[in-house]
Amino acid sequence: MANKERLIKYFFTFTGVLSTIFLLGIFFLLLYNSVPAFRKIGILEFFTSARWNPTSYTKPTYGILSLIVSTLMVTGGAMLISVPLGISCAAYLAEVATPMVREIVKPIIEVLAGIPSVVVGFLGIVLVGPAIAKIFNLPNGLNAINGSILLAIMSLPTIISISEDAITSVPEEYKMASLALGATRWQTLWKVVIPASSSGIIAAIMLGVGRAVGETMTVLMATGNAPAMPHSFLDSVRTMTATIAIELGEVPYNTTHYYALFVIGLVLFCITFAVNLTSDIVLHKHQEKLGT
Amino acid sequence: MIKKILRWLTAFSILIGIAGFYSCCSFARGPFIQIKGSDTEVNLVQRLAEVYMEHHPEVYIAVTGGGSGTGIAALINKKTDIANLSREMTPEEIKRAIKNGVNPVKWVIAMDGISVIVNAKNPVNKLTLKQISQIFSGKIKNWREVGGENIPISLYGRQSNSGTFIYFRNHIVKADYSDRMKRMNGNAQIVESIKRDVAGIGYVGVGYVLEGEKLAKGIKVLKIAKDEHSPGVSPLNFENVEKGVYPIARPLYQYSNGCPKGKVLEFVRFELSKEGQKIVIEQGFYPVNVEYRKLNRQNLGF
Repeated sequence: MANKERLIKYFFTFTGVLSTIFLLGIFFLLLYNSVPAFRKIGILEFFTSARWNPTSYTKPTYGILSLIVSTLMVTGGAMLISVPLGISCAAYLAEVATPMVREIVKPIIEVLAGIPSVVVGFLGIVLVGPAIAKIFNLPNGLNAINGSILLAIMSLPTIISISEDAITSVPEEYKMASLALGATRWQTLWKVVIPASSSGIIAAIMLGVGRAVGETMTVLMATGNAPAMPHSFLDSVRTMTATIAIELGEVPYNTTHYYALFVIGLVLFCITFAVNLTSDIVLHKHQEKLGT
Repeated sequence: MIKKILRWLTAFSILIGIAGFYSCCSFARGPFIQIKGSDTEVNLVQRLAEVYMEHHPEVYIAVTGGGSGTGIAALINKKTDIANLSREMTPEEIKRAIKNGVNPVKWVIAMDGISVIVNAKNPVNKLTLKQISQIFSGKIKNWREVGGENIPISLYGRQSNSGTFIYFRNHIVKADYSDRMKRMNGNAQIVESIKRDVAGIGYVGVGYVLEGEKLAKGIKVLKIAKDEHSPGVSPLNFENVEKGVYPIARPLYQYSNGCPKGKVLEFVRFELSKEGQKIVIEQGFYPVNVEYRKLNRQNLGF
């Protein structure tokens, strides 16, 4: 029996280490394949030039600044929409809704998380795009706002379900004390419950950001992919993920263009890693605080 | 308990194994032809394959798009029997193929007039090659400058893995596309966008401007003139494309590794037969002209 126990222990240690190995492996693969591009083009051009045109008619250029700006814009826009909506929805579910409503609404939100991104992108082309074009009186709706709205919808389930958990886990005594002091339910929610669960909510937002940054198909379909530096939310944008998806299928292997795509991958990896790490740290703090 | 579960698992995996074995066998029974590449050609070749399979149920042909760039990559990596390419392979690509042990042989299955399309409400009917170049490279930014209304032009093109993207750039624009040009997934998406966009202009294979027999609703195919003094020519007229009067007429290629053999060769014969060429016309493209029939004879022997 003791032998079996040990075997099982090794097995779980192995699976735990395995994912770490995968993570490191991916990171080093990206780094290894990026080095030739850095050597050939120079790090400076990547991050200062705004023109991405590796298959140029005249001279290839490899600036990824406009791609980074596009990704940040679409993600930022998505968060502007999904954070207030998501937190309000979570607060409603945790504090206001009757148990029955909660039992119905929560699964629906979880189903929302399961909609394939290509379907969301499709809605962006046939539904959201034309609507945006009409509202803003634009010739077309393939722009950053379209991407933002779709990504907001896609990151809502993450934000709602994690924030709701955070809000629910606020100790009952906090609320009781606040209500006993004569605060209204709204004051209690706004001034006591949400601040008390703020680190959980921040972690939820960060995970939502991670979801939005890495999303590919939806933005590829709905944002128009023009590589120009965007000046407003009504401009067409081309995100880092879409660029890799568009170009990796046809790029000749082991060329500068090929390695340059790995640089985009590396930058993307660093961004999502930073976002996830922040959310993890914040979440841990939250758990420690509630633990004491 | 554990033993029981294990027994069930074993039985289950054996079952799956058998099922997998059988499905593999049935898959391998008929010859399987893989065709990949150009989005412009995908509908046409799909139709050709469907009709061919009706006559030859023992053959299975899979046609997928993705762009000529995807087709070239698949050809070089030996992942396809036939690559559909709406442009020729570059010398560099051929060199890479030969280095990989692939000997690209090409033939032409149809002629295409790349159609420059605008919204049906746009008053402009004709553009010169120079104007088109200036519009797509971003030098002309407003429809007013070419005799239209005072609205900014919105550009629709393909992504860089498209043969049409490369062909149109190298032969017509002769410069980089404007950074503001939207990079769409395929011909159909460009047509759909132009239908909704009064200020839009885009380029697609002539097979995509038709819906059934008629011109798609909501779009207009521009007449194109070599220069200011020449008359505008439409790609919708077969003779213009056949005689080369239409300035953006191009052959649609297929490539394979070495001369096609066996079932693949039979399919190619069908494509170039009278019946195959009739399907080409039905799909809105034009039959191979004399010049390229000569090339086919040279490369295929018929």
